[in-house]
Amino acid sequence: MIFIIAAKEFRSLCAMPSTWLILGALQFIFAWFFLARIDAFLQVQAQLAQIANAPGATLAVATPLFGTIALVMMMLVPIFTMRMLAEERRNQTLTLLMTAPVSSMHIVLGKFFGLMLFLLLIIAAATLMVLTLAAGTQLDTGLLLTNALGLLLLTACYAALGLYISSLTAQPVVAAIAALATLFGLWLVDVSAVDSDNSWHAIAPTSHFLSFNVGLINSGDVIFFLLFCAAFLLLASRRLHNNRIYG
Amino acid sequence: MSVTAPITLSARNLTRRFGQREVIHGISLELRRGEVLGLLGHNGAGKSTTLQMLTGALLSHSGQIEICGFDLARQPREAKARIGFLPETPPLYREMSVDYYLTFAARLRRVPRAQIARALTETKHRCGLQDSGRKIIGTLSKGYQQRVGIAQALIHQPEVIILDEPTVGLDPSQIRDIRALIRELGDAHSVILSTHVLGEVESICDRVEIMHHGRLIYGDSSAKMQQYGHQPGFIVTLRSPPALAELQAIAGVQQVEQLSATQFRVLHTAESNPGALLLTLAAQQGWQAEQLTPLQAKLEDVFVQLTEGEPA
Repeated sequence: MIFIIAAKEFRSLCAMPSTWLILGALQFIFAWFFLARIDAFLQVQAQLAQIANAPGATLAVATPLFGTIALVMMMLVPIFTMRMLAEERRNQTLTLLMTAPVSSMHIVLGKFFGLMLFLLLIIAAATLMVLTLAAGTQLDTGLLLTNALGLLLLTACYAALGLYISSLTAQPVVAAIAALATLFGLWLVDVSAVDSDNSWHAIAPTSHFLSFNVGLINSGDVIFFLLFCAAFLLLASRRLHNNRIYG
Repeated sequence: MSVTAPITLSARNLTRRFGQREVIHGISLELRRGEVLGLLGHNGAGKSTTLQMLTGALLSHSGQIEICGFDLARQPREAKARIGFLPETPPLYREMSVDYYLTFAARLRRVPRAQIARALTETKHRCGLQDSGRKIIGTLSKGYQQRVGIAQALIHQPEVIILDEPTVGLDPSQIRDIRALIRELGDAHSVILSTHVLGEVESICDRVEIMHHGRLIYGDSSAKMQQYGHQPGFIVTLRSPPALAELQAIAGVQQVEQLSATQFRVLHTAESNPGALLLTLAAQQGWQAEQLTPLQAKLEDVFVQLTEGEPA
C-alpha cells in the first residue's frame, strides 16, 4: 500500500512541468557552485602541495558544495511538500485515500517515500557531479558518501516537517510559507546561538548535519534525524485521522 | 429485489456533531443486495454527511455501521474494500491519464494485480470510457470526469456503491446514460444515491428515504410513495391530535397513518371525502386543524409536504 501511494506521488511529481524546471535550475546552480569551488581549489593547489597532510579535492570541493545544497534544500523541500496533503484536501481528492482501505499512517508514509525518492534523485545528481572528479584525481569516497547520507537524512527531516505542515491546511501556499518559516527559524536558531549553547544547536537539524559534512557518522545525529522524521510523520498521520473526526 | 437477499449495509443510530451542533440525529439504514436506495432531501439536510459517515470518510459520534458483516470502525480494511464511493466532487487527479488513475484506484482497493487489466477494460466499457483511456483527466469534459468518478467507484466490484449526487451538472443525455448505468448496477450490487432531483428517484430507485434536518422522516418503496397520489386522500395537520382510532372512526376514512406528532395521512374512497366532516369534528373537539392538503400524483408534492410539515 505504501509503495502504491509512493509510486503515484512520484509519478505526479514527474508529470508536472514545474518540477523539471526546478530540477534543471537547481542542477545549474549546483554546477556553477561546483565549478567555482574547483577553480578556487586549483588556484591554491600549488601552496597546498607544500603542506604535509594537506586537504584533498574532496574536502575542498565536496564539503562546501554539500553545505550549500543543504541550505538550498531547506528552501526547496517546502515547495514540494506543500502540495502533498494541502492540495489533495483543496481538490477533495483526499476523500479517495480516506475511503480506501488504507490507514492514515500508510497514506503519510506513501507520500513521504514518494517525495524522498524524488529528492534522492537531486542528491544523487549532485553526488555524481562530484564523482566526475575521479577522472582527474583520487577521491575520498568515504567523505563523499557520508555527505550524501547526511544530506539525505537532513532532507528527510525537512520533508517530514513539510508534510506535517501540509496536513494542517487546505492552502498549498500557506503550507509552503509556514514550512519555510519553520525551517528558516530552526536554521536561525542554529546559526545565532553561541557555540557553547548546546541545547539550541541540538534542536536544529542543520547543526546535526555538520558532523556528516566533515565525514563523521555520529550515531547521535543519525538518531536525531530518525526521531525528527518519525515524530513529524506520526503527527501528520494523527492530523489525517483527526480529519475524520472533525471533518 | 427480494426480502431474502443478504443485507450488505446496515447503519444503526448514527449521530454526528460539528462542534456543539448536532447535524445528524440517530439515523438508521439498511440495504440489501440488488437494491437501489435514494436518499432525498433539501440542500443541507445532511445527506452528504450521512454518506461520508457510511464510507468512513467521517467518523460518527455514536452508532454502528456494518458493511457485509464487517464493522466499519473495528475492521475498516475489510469493510472499506467493499465500498465504492463517489463524493459530491469527484476525487480526480487532473494530471493523470484515465487508465493510470483507474489502475491506481483499483490497486488502492487491493484488487489482485492479475485481475486489474480485466477490471479496467470492463469498467471502462461500462462507463463508456473505452476511447478515453489515454486522455488526461484534466482535459476531459465535466460529463466524462463524472464518468471517471463513477468508474473509480466501481472498479473493485464493491458490494455497496455510494453515489453522492451522481448526475449533478450533466447534460440530459448524459443524465440518461448514467441513470441507466446505476439501474444496471442495482441488479448485482447495492446502491445508495443522494439527490434532490425527484425524477431520479422515480426512474431508478427501489426505495426512498427522505431526510430532513438530519433525520429520516420517511422511508418506503418508491412505488408506494408514488401511490399516495393514486389513492385519494390528504395530509392533515392537527395541533392537538386525538387518538388514531378516533380519526379512523370518521365515516369514509379508509386508513390513517401518523407521519409525525401532528401530521396524519388520511386515505379515503373515491366516492366520499371525509375532509369536511373531519374539519367540523376538529372544530368541535378542539383538535386545532391547521392544514389540509389533498394528495397528488406528483412525487414532488409528497416530498414538499413531508419536508415542510416538519418543524425546523
